Amino acid sequence: MLDFVTEHLPALQVVVPLIAAPVILLYQKEAFAWGWALLTTWTTFALSGLLVHEVFSQEFISYDLGGWAPPLGIEYRVDAANALVIAIVAGIAALVTTYARKSIQAEVQGRNQPFFYVLLLLCVSGLIGVAITGDAFNLFVFLEISSLSTYTMVALGGRRDRRAYTAAIRYLITGTIGATFYVIGVGLLYMVTGTLNMADLAVSIAGMDNNTTVQAAFAFIVIGLGLKVAIFPLHLWLPNAYTYAPSVVTIFLAATSTKVAVYALMRFLFTVFGIRFDFELDSLAFLFLPLAIMGMFIPSIVAAFQVDVKRLLAYSSVAQIGYMLLGISLATSASLTATSIHLFNHALMKAALFMALGAVMLRLKSTIIDDLAGIGKTMPWTTAGFALGGLSLIGVPLTVGFVSKWLLIQASFASQQPWLAGLIVVSSLIAVVYVWRVVEVAYFSPVPEGRVRQEAPLSMLIPMWVLVAANIYFGIDTDITIRLASLAAEALLGGAP
Amino acid sequence: MTVDLPFGTVPPVLLFLLGGLLIAVTPNAFLRRLILVVVPVYGLVQLFALPMGSSLEFDFFGETLTLLRVDKTSIIFATIFHLAAVLAAVYGWANLDRMQQSVALLYPGSAIGAVFAGDLITLFVFWEMAAVTSVFLILAGSTVRASKAAIRYLVIQVGSGVLLLFGAILYFQETGSIAFEKMELGSIATIAIFLAFGIKSAFPLLHNWLQDSYPESTITGTLILSIFTTKMAVYALFRGFPGEQLLIWIGAVMTCFPVFFAVIENDLRRVLCYSLNNQVGFMVVGIGIGTPLALNGTASYVFCNIIFEGLLFMSMGAVLLRTGTVKGSELGGLYKTMPLTTFYCIIGAASISAFPLFAGFVSKGMIIDGLAKEHMLIPWLMLVFAAAGVFHHSGIKIPYFAFFAHDSGRRVKDAPLSMQIAMALSAILCVAIGTFPDPLYALLPYPVDYVPYTAPHVLHQLQLLLFSALAFTLLTISGIYPPELRSTNLDFDWFYRKPGAALVRGVVTGIAAINGAMTNFVGRRIEGALRSLYALHGPEGRLARTWPSGFMAMWIAILLTLALLVNYL
Repeated sequence: MLDFVTEHLPALQVVVPLIAAPVILLYQKEAFAWGWALLTTWTTFALSGLLVHEVFSQEFISYDLGGWAPPLGIEYRVDAANALVIAIVAGIAALVTTYARKSIQAEVQGRNQPFFYVLLLLCVSGLIGVAITGDAFNLFVFLEISSLSTYTMVALGGRRDRRAYTAAIRYLITGTIGATFYVIGVGLLYMVTGTLNMADLAVSIAGMDNNTTVQAAFAFIVIGLGLKVAIFPLHLWLPNAYTYAPSVVTIFLAATSTKVAVYALMRFLFTVFGIRFDFELDSLAFLFLPLAIMGMFIPSIVAAFQVDVKRLLAYSSVAQIGYMLLGISLATSASLTATSIHLFNHALMKAALFMALGAVMLRLKSTIIDDLAGIGKTMPWTTAGFALGGLSLIGVPLTVGFVSKWLLIQASFASQQPWLAGLIVVSSLIAVVYVWRVVEVAYFSPVPEGRVRQEAPLSMLIPMWVLVAANIYFGIDTDITIRLASLAAEALLGGAP
Repeated sequence: MTVDLPFGTVPPVLLFLLGGLLIAVTPNAFLRRLILVVVPVYGLVQLFALPMGSSLEFDFFGETLTLLRVDKTSIIFATIFHLAAVLAAVYGWANLDRMQQSVALLYPGSAIGAVFAGDLITLFVFWEMAAVTSVFLILAGSTVRASKAAIRYLVIQVGSGVLLLFGAILYFQETGSIAFEKMELGSIATIAIFLAFGIKSAFPLLHNWLQDSYPESTITGTLILSIFTTKMAVYALFRGFPGEQLLIWIGAVMTCFPVFFAVIENDLRRVLCYSLNNQVGFMVVGIGIGTPLALNGTASYVFCNIIFEGLLFMSMGAVLLRTGTVKGSELGGLYKTMPLTTFYCIIGAASISAFPLFAGFVSKGMIIDGLAKEHMLIPWLMLVFAAAGVFHHSGIKIPYFAFFAHDSGRRVKDAPLSMQIAMALSAILCVAIGTFPDPLYALLPYPVDYVPYTAPHVLHQLQLLLFSALAFTLLTISGIYPPELRSTNLDFDWFYRKPGAALVRGVVTGIAAINGAMTNFVGRRIEGALRSLYALHGPEGRLARTWPSGFMAMWIAILLTLALLVNYL
C-alpha cells in the first residue's frame, strides 16, 4: 500500500481531490459534504508533505502519467519550486475547510452549500495540477478546471451581495481572455517545436533568439499568465472578486490562486524560456520592473483609502504581487528566493487576515471599517489575530513579512539597484497606514451601544491562530523556509534540463 | 545561542517584557501596581550584580545578534532607565489604567533593550518597539487631539526606525558587519543612521513631534515619555557618533532654539517639552566634543537630567491633577495650599538651572568645560546663553507662574501621597548627587578627573544665574514677559517705548511667526498632496473604480502590444 502511494504520489496529489469532488453530488447533505471535504483536503495535505519530503531527498521526481514516456506522454515533474507551491495550496485548503463550515452556513444559500465543497475540491485539484504538471497544454487544462470552479465560487457570494454575480462574470470574461492568450502562446510554440513538454520545449527553442514566432509566443504566454497573477494593471478583476465572494472563498483564493499563477509564470520565464534570450531580459527590465514598482505603490495607496476592509486587503494583495514581480524581474537566484519565500509568507499572512475578517463578517454581518468600532473588546482573539497578521503584512521583524522584505532588499542590493530597496521600504510605510486604520477603529473606537462580547467560534479561531502562529514561527525559525525557497530558485533557474 | 551571564540572571529586557505582559493579564489592580514597582527594582538589583563583559548572543539569518552587551556605557544608561522606571511607577501608583501600566514596563523595557543592543538589527527591533509601545501612552490621553497627535507621532517614530533599518542594511553591504560601534559620517548608510538617531533625539527642525505629542498624554504618560525616547537616541549617538564635530553645532543650535519658544509658551507642560529639547541639546554637544571629559559630562548629564526634568514634569503633573490645567495664565498662588509640591518643584528648578549643590551643577559643567578645553568659542557662548535661558524658563518661569505670580484664587489639596513619595525620592537624589557626586562619577564610562566645586566654577555659575534672574525680573515687572503681557503692566508702559524692549519682542514674535508660517506651509502642502492622492486613489478615484470588462480587455491588449514591442525592437 505504502509503496503504491510513494510510487504514484504525484498523480494521487491531483487525483484524490478530483475524484473526491463528485462523490459529494451523490449525497448532497451539508454535514456530509463538509466532513468529506475535510477528509479529502487533509489527505491531500498529508500527500503534499510526503512530496516535499521526497523532493528534499532527491532533486526532482518525474512521473509519467499512464506510463507514457515524455515528450509524447504527459509528464508530472516535481522539484522544490512546485513542491513548495503544492504544499501551500494543500495546507491552506486543509485549514480553510476546517474553518469553512460556520462561515459557509451563514453566507451561502442552503441548497448551494454542498456544491461549495465540490467546487473547492475541484479548485484544489486544478491548482495542484497547474503546479505539478510538466506539460504546457496540460497546464492549460488544469488552469481552466481551477478557474471555472473559482468563477462559480465567487458567484456563491450572491446571497449576501448581488454584485457577486457581476464580479464573477467579469472575472470569467477576463480570465478566459487570459487563458486564451496562454493557449495561443502554447500553440505558437507547438508550431515551432512540435512538442508540449516543458523540458523538451526548453531544449527545442534554444538558439531561436530571432524567431518572431517564439517572441510572439513569449508575449502571449506572459501576458496571459500575468492576468491570472493580477499584475498591475491587469488586476482589475481581483478587487471585486475578492470583495463579493463568500469570506471562505476569498481566504482560499487570496492565499493560493495568485500564488499558483506566479509559480506558472516563473516556470515559463525561467525554465522554459530561460534567461538566455535578449528579448526576455528586455521584457523583464522594461516591462516587468516598472509594472512591479507601480504595483507596489498605486494599489497600496488605493488600499489606504478603502472603506471596506475586505476590499482594502484585496488591493493590498495586488500590492504584494508587486513585490513578487520585483523579485521576478531582477531574475537572480537571490531575488527568486525572495519571491518564492514571499509566495509562502504572503499565503500565511493573507489567509490569517482574511480568516479574521471572515469571523468579523460572521458576527457583525459587515466588513465596513466604521462598523468594526470596538471589536477589540467584543472579539478580542479575532482582533488580536488581525493585528498580528497586519504586523506581518507590514514586515515587522519576528514575522514572516520581515523575512520576505529582508531577502528582497538584499536581492536588490546584490543586483546593484539599492534604490529599489528604498522603494520597498517606503511602500511598506503605506502598509502601516492601512493596517493602522483598521487597528485604530478596532481598538480605540468605543463599542457601539448594545453590542455584547461575542467571539468567533473555536472552529474558526483555531485555524486562524494556527496561521498567526505560523506567521511568527516562520518569522523566527527561517531555516526550513529559506532552504526550500533557495532550492526552489535553483530549480527554476538552473533546473532547465 | 551563546550565553555569558551569571547563573540565574534574567536579561533585563526580558524581565520588563514579561512584567508588562503579566500586568496585561492580571485582573487585580493592587497586584498590577506591585508588579509595576517590583520589576524595575528587581532589575536594578540584578543590574548591580551584572559583571562587565557579560553577553547574550544568538544566530539569526546567519548573522550573530548581540542581545546583551555589558560595558560601562550601557550600564550607566541602563541604571538610570531602571531608576526612572521605578520613580515613574511610584508616581503613577494610583493614576494609571491597565494599558498604561503595561506600557510603563514594555516601553522602558524596549529602551533598555536598545541600550544593551550590540548590533544594529537588535537596536532596530527595540527602536521600533519603543515607538510602538510608547504611542499607547499618547493615545491614553483619549482626546481627539491626542489620537491625531498619536498617529503623527507613530508615523515619525516608525519612519525613524525604517531609516535606521535602511542605513543598517547599507552599512552591512559596505562593511560586512552589523556590529553597533563608532561610525564615521560620510556614506549614505551612516547618514541614514545618523538621521534616524537625529529624529528621535529631536534635532532642530526634526523636533516638532515632541512638543506636538508629549503634552497630549496623561499625567504620568507625559512623564514616562519625557524620559525614554530622547535619551535612548542620545545613547545611540553616544555609541555611534562620539566626536562627530557636526554634533557640536547641531547641539548648540538645539540648546538655543527652543529657549525662545519656551519663553512665549503658556502651557507649562509644553514649556517643559521645549526645555527637554534644549536639555538634549547639551547632551548632543557633549557627544560632539567627544573627549573623555565631555563624554563623561554627557553620561552624567543624562543621569541627572532624567531625575530633575522628571521631577519638574512630576510637579506639573500634580498641578494638572489638582487644578485641571497647566496654563501659566490660569495658575498662580498655589504655594499656599500645595507647599510640598512647590518645594519639590523648586528643587527640580534649581537642579536644572545648575545651582551649586544641585545635580545639574556637577554634570552640566563638564560639558561646558569640555568645550572651553577645546577652545570653541562660539558654541561655548551659545551654550552659556542657553544655560541662562534654561534658568529663565525652567528655573524661574515654571515655579513662578504655577505657584506664585498673581494669585489665581485656586485653593486645591496638595499632591496625593504616591506622587509625593516619587517627588521626594527625586528631590533627595537631586541634592544627594549635587553634594556627593562621587558615586555617580564612579559609574561614568571614563576615569573622572574633574572637581566641580572650585571657585571659578561656582562663581561663573552664580553670575550666570543672577544675571538671568535679573533679566527675568526686569522683563516681568516691565510687562514684556509674554504670558502676563496684558494683566500687570499698565503702570510701566513707558518701558514699551524703549527700543531694546521692542527688539526683544520683535525677535520673539518674529520667530513665532516664522515657525507658524512654516508649519502652515508644510501643513497645507501635505493636505494638498493628500487631496490629490485621494482624487486618484480614493474609492471613487480613477485607480479604484470598478471598470467595465471591455476596459480590462483593453489593458490586456495594451500590455500585449507593449510586450510584443519590447520583444521585436
